[in-house]
Amino acid sequence: MIKIETLRIELPGFTLQNVDLSIKDGEFFVLLGPTGSGKTLMLEAIAGVAPITSGRILVKGRDVTYFPPEKRGIGIVYQDYALFPHLSVLDNITYGLRYHKADAQASRRRVNDLIEQLGLQRLSQRSIRYLSGGERQRVSLARALAVNPSVLLLDEPLSALDPNFREDIRDVLKKLHREVKITFLMVTHDFVDPLFLGQRTAILNHGKIEQTGPVSDVFERPATPFVAEFLGMKNVFPATFKGPMANLDGIKLPLEKTPGNHESYVAIRSEDIIIRKDKISENGMSMIQGKIVDIIDRGLFHEVSVNAGKVVFRSTLSKRDLFLLNLSERRDVFIGIQSSNIHTF
Amino acid sequence: MKKRIDPFFWIAVFSTATIVVFILFPLIEMVIQPSFQDLKETLKDPDVLHSIGLSIYTSGLAGIISLIIGTPFAYLLARKSFFGKKLVESIIDLPIMIPHPVVGIAILGLAGKNHWIGQIMQQVGIQIMGTVTGIVTVLTFVGLPFYVNTVKTGFETIPVRLENVSRSLGASLTKTFFRVTFPLAWRAMLVGIIMCCARAISEFGAIVIVAYHPMIAPVMIYERFTAYGLKYSQPVAVWLILVCLVLFLLLRVFSLPKEKKA
Repeated sequence: MIKIETLRIELPGFTLQNVDLSIKDGEFFVLLGPTGSGKTLMLEAIAGVAPITSGRILVKGRDVTYFPPEKRGIGIVYQDYALFPHLSVLDNITYGLRYHKADAQASRRRVNDLIEQLGLQRLSQRSIRYLSGGERQRVSLARALAVNPSVLLLDEPLSALDPNFREDIRDVLKKLHREVKITFLMVTHDFVDPLFLGQRTAILNHGKIEQTGPVSDVFERPATPFVAEFLGMKNVFPATFKGPMANLDGIKLPLEKTPGNHESYVAIRSEDIIIRKDKISENGMSMIQGKIVDIIDRGLFHEVSVNAGKVVFRSTLSKRDLFLLNLSERRDVFIGIQSSNIHTF
Repeated sequence: MKKRIDPFFWIAVFSTATIVVFILFPLIEMVIQPSFQDLKETLKDPDVLHSIGLSIYTSGLAGIISLIIGTPFAYLLARKSFFGKKLVESIIDLPIMIPHPVVGIAILGLAGKNHWIGQIMQQVGIQIMGTVTGIVTVLTFVGLPFYVNTVKTGFETIPVRLENVSRSLGASLTKTFFRVTFPLAWRAMLVGIIMCCARAISEFGAIVIVAYHPMIAPVMIYERFTAYGLKYSQPVAVWLILVCLVLFLLLRVFSLPKEKKA
């Protein structure tokens, strides 16, 4: 288990602000945040390669705050792989073995298993200079796991990869986590990663954790407007509530339940807003009339903005739906929102 | 349509030609002026051979001393931020900027009988004035900044993440240096030694103050010029240039990265 207690790191122009975090044994935890939010800094502080100002870091109940990196038993995998360019693939993987008092035979077996699991058999004697990004990341993973760390830190391991390799390494990470049964802590700015890999997640913004919880909870119930927007909710509005009814600048939306007293925002995913030419009647569905003000081609889908009084809703439509509905700018339409798809916080 | 060449291209060509001629012309003239007979005769002179040998020996020692004391310092400057770092970096550049005789005077002032450091040095038998020790001290003083700055830049090109990973795999800072940093930085260190030796071998101003004798090559060239004229100083200079050219060329070739096969 990793326990981080009021971790503070002060750097010129940036402060990681009293972070508290608890990660369970064997968990796949994803720390999400935009560029410059302090994710990598926090990871390096846990690994012992970034200086901390105050706070404590405990790994399996052991206070490692002032331990040198080599005494922490924590592996790290960087987005740029950080492979040793002067060593072969096999020498990279076995680099750390001599520093760990393990039975030589068991170590060899472990390395062979990792090479097989990660499909590196035919690459082991090669120079790392001739490997693709995906292969390099596999070597980097094998090298970190060869010394049997108690925690594996992953610093945006997918972000430098081509989309094809990204899917591949994502699958590899999921499989590896299941097989090696150690704690994985991954930092990323891509909210798809926790959906596929993570059991729990935390959202970091400007050096401060905004929300922590199981992945589904955080995605379903964002705690702040930043979290909602960062997790892809394109419709985040301030609102007032009266019983199970939200008021968005005059637009009334029925909710599934009465929000708490502290709540003051509603958030709706763009894919949860439907667009129709005519009003339809469906149980739990609110229909609001508006005018299309913008249609943006996003490649695989279109983003349609509908002005309904003082509020502009954004909906996502497939190319096919856009064609079938024959939509164009300045056209009057109805948007439909299921009350179960309206999140309040 | 005829391709139009930008006027800047011609400015660059002119600038390159001017610089090459400016540097090479005097040197080529000096090399071709002495007759082959003069060059042959000069090489038979034991004083000339001794002075060139002493120049190479003392410069090489300065390079090795810079390697030993300059490497940890260059690593510190490349990897750490600390209060006063800019000041320390400026101090290391001082020997490049101050006039050469001032270096000699400063070293003598410290190593003389009137200074407590000089008194201690005399008690333990270290003599600076007119000795090889003095020559090496001066050459290290003037060559060290070139070594430190070159090697610091070399260390900076090695991603610190490689060292972080090495340490996370169980290697201490020292083991990480010898297994990761050094294998990636040794070429920069070799270039640093070349830079340091190149600077040291050309030193004259500080040497004539600290140790006119034993005579290193630049001092001998100066002495032959003042005592006998251009004709007698040129062959010594030519041999010094040729020997240095061969040595530095060998070091450069040795430090070039070799193409590895997949």
